[in-house]
Amino acid sequence: MWNRNQMAEVAAKELKDGMYVNLGIGIPTLVSNFIPEGIDVTLQSENGMLGMGPFPTENQVDADLINAGKQTVTELPRTSYFNSADSFSMIRGGHIDMAILGAMEVSENGDLANWMIPGKLVKGMGGAMDLVAGVKRVVVIMDHSNKHGESKLLKDCTLPLTGKSVVDRVITNMGIFDVVAGGLKIVELAAGVSLDNVKVITEAKLID
Amino acid sequence: MKKIYKSAASALDGLLFDGMLIAAGGFGLCGIPENLIEEISKTKIKDLTVASNNAGVDDFGLGQLLATRQIKKMISSYVGENAEFMRQYLAGELELEFTPQGTLAERMRAGGAGIPGFYTKTGVGTTVAEGKEHKVFNDQTYILELGMMADLSIVKAWKGDEQGNLVYRKTARNFNPNAATCGRICVAEVEEIVSIGTLDPDEIHTPGIFVNRIIKGDHEKRIENLTLSSSKEV
Repeated sequence: MWNRNQMAEVAAKELKDGMYVNLGIGIPTLVSNFIPEGIDVTLQSENGMLGMGPFPTENQVDADLINAGKQTVTELPRTSYFNSADSFSMIRGGHIDMAILGAMEVSENGDLANWMIPGKLVKGMGGAMDLVAGVKRVVVIMDHSNKHGESKLLKDCTLPLTGKSVVDRVITNMGIFDVVAGGLKIVELAAGVSLDNVKVITEAKLID
Repeated sequence: MKKIYKSAASALDGLLFDGMLIAAGGFGLCGIPENLIEEISKTKIKDLTVASNNAGVDDFGLGQLLATRQIKKMISSYVGENAEFMRQYLAGELELEFTPQGTLAERMRAGGAGIPGFYTKTGVGTTVAEGKEHKVFNDQTYILELGMMADLSIVKAWKGDEQGNLVYRKTARNFNPNAATCGRICVAEVEEIVSIGTLDPDEIHTPGIFVNRIIKGDHEKRIENLTLSSSKEV
């Protein structure tokens, strides 16, 4: 099984030279630590920044410079800032090559739920609905099952959707799965995970 | 023409009324009009609808107006940082119109640009699309979202001049330029008021035509989520 960092490292292999990429909160943020040598990517933060730099040292902290997770960040020589409408012109307009997001549930036809648990968790979708609707390729990183051991890869999502048929690839601690006609195609399994292991735990239809 | 006011109280004088719609700039606690919000919390106006991406935290930003129970309804995309918000909402005391972040920004931009509605792919197939007109363009389904025209917009900029020209700093720009355009009246608070001609005309973000009143504020600029390169966990 992969741990958080290994999942991020696997996801980083998705990155191609010259891409503009939006990374979600949580494990997706870790992907920036594993950008392969010689690959130049520009990170977009939907609060209004293109060319997001690393977290600051204590001296570099600036209250006016945060990412979409409200974390303090730094700028790079290439950085540009813009307003929220322009930011979502980039996203909705299909100018961002890839989004890597966390999720609560993904269905076998690529539906994504990651923003709300009715009656319980009221947080909001933030920019996630715009991202999955507009970005060219959507990759999800999440644990394969929840803390009760239940599959997060489902036939149908049970939670309110973020988008319908929007996910291209799911990377879990058990492997890599592509959304294809008829189900989720197993692309790769993590070391120590057998086909039987993954089939037992997964509710969604798997194609090997 | 006199746009510069001495205080938040004088800049808001005569503009506030019960049940009004206020559009506010800011993302998280970054670039929020903190002085104007605090001043509103000292007034008696109530039943406000506030359009803002977030709702502040319990004791700062729009959280102050939730604490005083002046807000009836929020139009926001993400409110996860505010425990009092969640309490009021789950208790049925506060209305909430969840609006995707890009849709909220575009609603402000469109409303300010005289565009009453637009079609977007965002939210199709989700609860956001319920009750909205659907329309197919080039084999893709879109939903109709409405431009927003607020009674008042409150924004925060870095520098401004007596013409109301504004310049923002880094990611504190966020929703502020969009909110500024969609208010029937826009009040801006800035860190520094500079004399006419100081701002480079090529680098003004919000032209003064969109701004009616401007004050110099005192800004705490609280950081919500301090993360350092040395932090163990991101």
